Amino acid sequence: MSILVDANTKLCVSGITGREGTFHSLRNRDYGTRVVAGVTPGKGGQDVEGVPVFNTFHDAVDRTGANTAMIFVPPRFAADSILEAEDAGIALIIAITEGIPAHDELRVYNIIKKNGRARLVGPNCPGILSPGKANVGIIPAAFFKEGNVGVVSRSGTLTYQIGNVVAQRGFGNSTIVGIGGDPVPGSDFIDVIALFEQDPETELIVMCGEIGGEAEERAADFIAANVTKPVVAYIAGFTAPPGKTMGHAGAIVSGSHGTAAAKAEALEARGVRVGRTPTEVAEVAVSLLGAAA
Amino acid sequence: MDLLEYQGKQLFARHGVPVPSGKPATSVDEAVAAAGEIGYPCVVKAQVQIGGRGKAGGIKVARNRDEAHAHAQAILGMDIRGLTVHEVWIEGASEIASEYYASVIFDRTAKAPLIMLSTKGGMDIEAVADEDPDAIARLHVDPLLGFQEFHGRRLAYEAGVDADVVRPVGAMLAKLYNVFTAEEATLVEVNPMIVTPERDVKALDAKVTLDDNALFRHAENGALRDISAEDPQERMAKERGLTYVKLDGNIGILGNGAGLVMSTLDVVAQAGGKPANFLDAGGGSKADAITSAVEVILSNDKVQAVLFNIFGGITRCDEVARGLIEAFAQIKPQVPFVVRLDGTNDKEGRQLLADADLPNVHTESTMDGAAHKVVELAGAA
Repeated sequence: MSILVDANTKLCVSGITGREGTFHSLRNRDYGTRVVAGVTPGKGGQDVEGVPVFNTFHDAVDRTGANTAMIFVPPRFAADSILEAEDAGIALIIAITEGIPAHDELRVYNIIKKNGRARLVGPNCPGILSPGKANVGIIPAAFFKEGNVGVVSRSGTLTYQIGNVVAQRGFGNSTIVGIGGDPVPGSDFIDVIALFEQDPETELIVMCGEIGGEAEERAADFIAANVTKPVVAYIAGFTAPPGKTMGHAGAIVSGSHGTAAAKAEALEARGVRVGRTPTEVAEVAVSLLGAAA
Repeated sequence: MDLLEYQGKQLFARHGVPVPSGKPATSVDEAVAAAGEIGYPCVVKAQVQIGGRGKAGGIKVARNRDEAHAHAQAILGMDIRGLTVHEVWIEGASEIASEYYASVIFDRTAKAPLIMLSTKGGMDIEAVADEDPDAIARLHVDPLLGFQEFHGRRLAYEAGVDADVVRPVGAMLAKLYNVFTAEEATLVEVNPMIVTPERDVKALDAKVTLDDNALFRHAENGALRDISAEDPQERMAKERGLTYVKLDGNIGILGNGAGLVMSTLDVVAQAGGKPANFLDAGGGSKADAITSAVEVILSNDKVQAVLFNIFGGITRCDEVARGLIEAFAQIKPQVPFVVRLDGTNDKEGRQLLADADLPNVHTESTMDGAAHKVVELAGAA
């Protein structure tokens, strides 16, 4: 088992004809992901290395039965593309695009929530990898193998860093979910941790947070009330100055809110182990798994 | 992007929010001329993006031409908590019967705009929130529904505004909400929002933050950026498409991916060092981007050592190595570098560096080891 993406994933890529879109779609297919369609308005009828391209998501779903969307279009088109995928009945929408306007994200989030039929992961995320089954997005799959560690993260490269140390100690991952670094993520830690809790293959959960917002604090409460599996956390940004956006649009300490220290404290107060460095997180995870084995 | 007070007021005026009329000025002569047009008494207000302007002497009332001259001369060039005043805003003095507070905030946790209203205006709202949280009325607006008149009434009654201004306060909130959505702001704050003796409601201050990601839809707002307030290194980085934040220390940092760079700063600090900057070279960086990034880092003359922390995913370590070699050829850095390359093509990257045999470049295989090494080198420099 795994969560969100697996052998049943039938992927349709919005923006498949763009340079990055083509490159990563084909990499995902090479990994074994079933990439069944692409959408680019005006290029319907063409194909990208054998993947049929449609003008609309509705056509793509009708003709191929696509159940998962990956959004790779530039920021100004991304909200519309996400809503089109949702309208066409796609159940899981993974938005890689970085730089979507905050008010667009707010609108998209609230529409998807109100309709209640699709799940959005991202935007501004590296995607989702279930090692050995499917890769949707830009996560470098070569560093990861199948296993029992579920990872959910606001940061891509930090995930690779931690995952790599875990892999070097002989452990693998059930699924790695990048929820993205934007202020209004479609899915947050709680949504993904709830799925890992239900997933029989996942025995330990690593969550990788960072400064800004309250998602980590709320996750801490959720974990204390609902999660039986061990959770190890990392928080980036202890040295970030207030009022400065640290790369990710959502990574900002506003006044006294959203600090790394407050997040680490909230998690530890709820019994979640917090590693001080990425290496320490991986080591704690490995020691907990070793003890369980 | 944070706007100056007067830019916010000009934005307000475009959306029908009542504001005192005024003019910006960058010289004493301009300020005196503006004051003459507006009439006395008028207020000379320092335009810097920081609170506490009044206490610092950056806001003064002028009753005549001589006072306008004296105030403009004193305020232009003044330093307010580290920021130099390059511009003043001259506006007609307002008579004040009551001072309220109003704001519309992008509440990322609730995923909805949050409107706040209080009759305790004119003071630090965070202090009010701490000492007397009930003095602030709060209401989330469903962004799919938008602001309705009843929202305004609920807030006005809950905050306890004077009964005769419930309607104009509600109308003011509707207009501020409109500014928030129409201009794609993440913050619209008015403190104080005043009631005049004639019972008019006016915005006496304006604090507006616009979403940089939405500027493509608001070309006219792009010109509002306050270049004088930007740090020179940060401006240089922005022009080169790099994400850079200047910090106080002496260890330059370059990494790929915002999370990994934040984490690198933390690990360096834990090892006893002080980072000089945050620099995310981004995913898939090519050699020329790395060369350009090294220039930005070294343009800060406090930097005594530099750490490269790369975990290659889309980014290829051999490209990073080529960029560093090119940077050494072009700018011949005088400070030591510690380079940690891991991930995609890491062996090729390390081999390139070994072959190039750059002076004072140390390679490390782990993030923790690299952090300790760079702290040691910066201390010795």
